[in-house]
Amino acid sequence: MEAAMKAKAANPFAIEQQSPLSRFVLGLADDALVLSHRLSQWCSKAPYLEEDIALSNVALDYIGRARMFYQYAAEIEGKGRNEDDLAYLRDERQYTNLLIHELPKGDFAFTMVRQFLVDVFYNMYLEKLVSSTDLTVAAVAAKAVKETRYHLKRSELWITQLSQGTDESRQRILRALDELKDFTGELFEVLDWEAQLVKTGVAVDRSILQAPWDAHVQKLLAASAIDYQDSKLQIRGGRNGIHTEHLGQMLCEMQYLQRSYPKMNW
Amino acid sequence: MIKNTESLAKVIPTLHPVYAERVNFRNNSDCATLWQVLDSVFDPELPGVTLWDLGVLQNVTHQNQNDDNSNQKNQLITVVITPTYSGCPAVDAMSEDAIKALNDAGYAKVVVKVVLAPAWSTDMISPAGKEQLKALQIAPPRQDNRIDCPVCHSSDSQLLSEFGSTACKAMYRCNDCLEIFDYFKKL
Repeated sequence: MEAAMKAKAANPFAIEQQSPLSRFVLGLADDALVLSHRLSQWCSKAPYLEEDIALSNVALDYIGRARMFYQYAAEIEGKGRNEDDLAYLRDERQYTNLLIHELPKGDFAFTMVRQFLVDVFYNMYLEKLVSSTDLTVAAVAAKAVKETRYHLKRSELWITQLSQGTDESRQRILRALDELKDFTGELFEVLDWEAQLVKTGVAVDRSILQAPWDAHVQKLLAASAIDYQDSKLQIRGGRNGIHTEHLGQMLCEMQYLQRSYPKMNW
Repeated sequence: MIKNTESLAKVIPTLHPVYAERVNFRNNSDCATLWQVLDSVFDPELPGVTLWDLGVLQNVTHQNQNDDNSNQKNQLITVVITPTYSGCPAVDAMSEDAIKALNDAGYAKVVVKVVLAPAWSTDMISPAGKEQLKALQIAPPRQDNRIDCPVCHSSDSQLLSEFGSTACKAMYRCNDCLEIFDYFKKL
């Protein structure tokens, strides 16, 4: 046990060893990569061709966002790891994405409900992150916010369409909302090390976004006669490397090639 | 090329201020030859649309600002580009093409720097670039948000999908001639 503790303390890549800025940027990168991978799992399997292309394009926007954050995270860390090492050679416990991003893609309704919930969040969050005192973070946010506005237009349309569609489509939307609402609280939780960054203007106080987020989500759903209330049960842990069972399975698949054939290139 | 854009700026009073600023920046640069060489580099998926036209090419500089033209060939040339969309896979091809063009023109040492700020926007596209998009049957973004069919020029069209063949395009169908066309999304 003691030896294990020592080994942990000696690991320079352990989450606790990272600086607040490093943890912050890596967390944002992980959010984007994990969601991008979930979206990309629709490629060739979407309900129809245009939707297949659209989901893949949204995935591409997120992978671009992830790359920009990973490149910066690697630079801050300064320990010789590059963006690919960070994406392909870290274990589940080293991934610090918020849990909502890692849930399996589910059916189309689930994917679009998740997308809608995070799109509303990112529209508010990135809008503020554009003013970060860290110029690289601000520049990535400025790029991502434009894309995210477009994503929201599309996901809102789908939520309305499916909610007011057939009994089947409405049931699926309701089921997805029911599953996802336990994972939205984490979006607004500011951790201690993040609070330090909020003080210096690098990070955004996410807790103040909860009320406007609730209002936006409730209003859109109310138009389809759906009453949305935040869940009292909130599952947390992503930023500390504590995940649902699904992330490990996803990483197995995503990292397979680099793990089996290290340093393999296209 | 520079002369062309200059005269366009005078003829068309609606020239977008963001693009006008780019033209101004380019005209004040002391690397006119380098800009001209790069005018032969096209977007890999939009034939005829140069990196300059698309707004991807932001700057080109040589190491020592005081040297005369003949010595520039041995200097380190830095090309600065900004990607259209974050995940745009064309960035690598654009970088390679820019390096190749400058190498072919005799500049041996070239690096490409990809910057995120200023964030790319469709306002950076040149008037010539928009014309070329039309020629490729892609409806260019307009300041008044109208979407004209590039085939029959009707403004009566409907959205088929928010995303087209690439991240920067959406798919529309013309209600008059029924042609399906790509629209270069306003960003």
